[in-house]
Amino acid sequence: MRKSLLALAAGLLLAGSVGAASAAEKLKVGFIYLGPIGDLGWTYQHDLARQALVKELGDKIETTYLENVPEGPDAERSIEQLVRAGNKLIFTTSFGYMDPTLKVAKKYPNVHFEHATGYKRNPNMSTYSAKWYQGRYIQGLIAAKMSKSGVLGYIGSFPIPEVVSGINATMLAAQTINPNIKVKIIWANTWFDPGKEADAAKALIDQGADVIMQHTDSPAAMQIASERGKLAFGQDSEMIKFGPKTQLTSILDTWGPYYIERVKAELAGTWKSEDTWGGLDSHMFAMAPYTNMPDDVKKMAEDAQAAITAGKLHPFKCPIVGQDGKPVECKGGDHLDDGQILGMNFYVKGIDDKLPGK
Amino acid sequence: MELVEAIILAILAASTPLLIAATGELVTERSGVLNLGVEGMMIVGAACGFAGAWLTGSIFIGALFGIVAGTLMSLVFALMTLGLAVNQVATGLALTILGIGLSGLIGAGFVGERITPAAHLTIPGLTDIPLIGRVLYGEDAFVYFSVALIVGVWWFLYRTRAGLILRACGDNHVSAHALGYPVLRIRTFAVMFGGACAGLAGAYLPLAYTPFFIPGMTAGRGWIALALVVFSSWRPGRLVIGAYLFGAVTILQLHAQGWGVGIPSQFMSALPYLATVIVLVLLSRARTGGSTAPAALGTVFVPDR
Repeated sequence: MRKSLLALAAGLLLAGSVGAASAAEKLKVGFIYLGPIGDLGWTYQHDLARQALVKELGDKIETTYLENVPEGPDAERSIEQLVRAGNKLIFTTSFGYMDPTLKVAKKYPNVHFEHATGYKRNPNMSTYSAKWYQGRYIQGLIAAKMSKSGVLGYIGSFPIPEVVSGINATMLAAQTINPNIKVKIIWANTWFDPGKEADAAKALIDQGADVIMQHTDSPAAMQIASERGKLAFGQDSEMIKFGPKTQLTSILDTWGPYYIERVKAELAGTWKSEDTWGGLDSHMFAMAPYTNMPDDVKKMAEDAQAAITAGKLHPFKCPIVGQDGKPVECKGGDHLDDGQILGMNFYVKGIDDKLPGK
Repeated sequence: MELVEAIILAILAASTPLLIAATGELVTERSGVLNLGVEGMMIVGAACGFAGAWLTGSIFIGALFGIVAGTLMSLVFALMTLGLAVNQVATGLALTILGIGLSGLIGAGFVGERITPAAHLTIPGLTDIPLIGRVLYGEDAFVYFSVALIVGVWWFLYRTRAGLILRACGDNHVSAHALGYPVLRIRTFAVMFGGACAGLAGAYLPLAYTPFFIPGMTAGRGWIALALVVFSSWRPGRLVIGAYLFGAVTILQLHAQGWGVGIPSQFMSALPYLATVIVLVLLSRARTGGSTAPAALGTVFVPDR
């Protein structure tokens, strides 16, 4: 009895965590996911991209994924598991897999690795990420136009450069519309806790914010904004289902084209270690349809999107003034360079808050 | 004033799942069984509760689904620890892991669906009283039930003979057995009660708090409930205080951030746990008054037949 119970439990766990297709002689491509594929956010979008990959190249490749893989040293075993299963190209889809991926990559030089949002590379390990701050800039424009109270609510996950640059891009854009715009920032100190994200959204709305933006992964904030009759932006994926009259737009992670391109290179034998940081122009992400806003705001958003895509508008165009009132050094000519954005650890002027750890 | 009311409402909502789950665990532990699987039972309750409500359109039936699911999970635990005398700590941890996997499986088909959350009470006149109207007369049924539940448990534990026997099993199972009480049967019921409460607490999340299901949505609340039982030193009265205190810290730290109070948010996120540690230290130092753990907590009992 005990044995059969254990076997049942083991079977259920396996069924829940490993999905595999089978065929011989095909290129095996593996994926490591942070959350469950049903998270409707970060991992969900990676899996959509994997499905797009299978649809495009399904006759030549075979994909495997491991979901719910915790970040940190434990990830190493999961990545090695994929290597031993014969995967020749492995995508590790979260920042925290950086060191484990590098470690496994050094151990298996004949296997190619692709790590999302990190900065460490190896001859057999590429990195890829998206310039989400471009999308945040467009959201900032919309938010400033749509806010009646002049107070935006921002739910952050952790005060890391990616999130900080998003807040700055939002505010720089919003200030071009309303120089006195305010932002209230709440750090949830988690990427995913629907209850806490909902509580944060409630707190922001109760304190006067009427447009909610989030850099956490669940649709809870959207749903609260919808309940309270406010406006909000989605995150990672389409969240309009949770706020049909609430969602203004959402930054959609669209990894599909990149995955297809990299797998094609692998198949052709031309894969090499690269660092890809793509924006709207290279379709690393997309904007969900602009909804719940007047036509002039929609047009403004579309124009901004077109200008950013064409390279005519840079969200971090100089001069940029920090909270201390001093201009930030402009290393990229007329805008901040990639290094400054990737390592951003300051707030721009007009953010009435203190960056944690500063 | 409106802000104060909004904050109190948010605190009550945040505290309710903690209170319900911790009440169940309190009874379980008072009978001498340590079930660390609260998180697992909660998340399965959340998945089944949402499934029930989505399929039938009824929040009440959803809550029942959650209760039944939590109870079934706890029966697995009871079978292992009471029937087969397996180590309780290991089984509880395994139950959590099983629950997280199982809930993903059950909930997979419901991800992305949404339901109408549990209705809030409205009594014309009373609900509109400023400040206290919505707090007292405008909550959802779960909030009222959680209060009734803990009062009922207090009454049961301290004012009934059955409660006394249950506590006796938790303090000294050998004596209770010698007196002729069916220790294992009593403990099984206590474990089932804990499971039912955890299931209901889990179901509260998708039925009233954030009306959708996402795998992992309990996000550690089961562990906070476990900490709460220790925090309360196994007493229902202190449990109520603890639950609302934990809820208050969670909500107030978010508001403090919005106001730009210069305390690091990471520190404030850690406050409930810090409070638990401090209470534990204080309890161990205070020789009188502070009730300590049930003496037989976590120990295996095999009756000699």
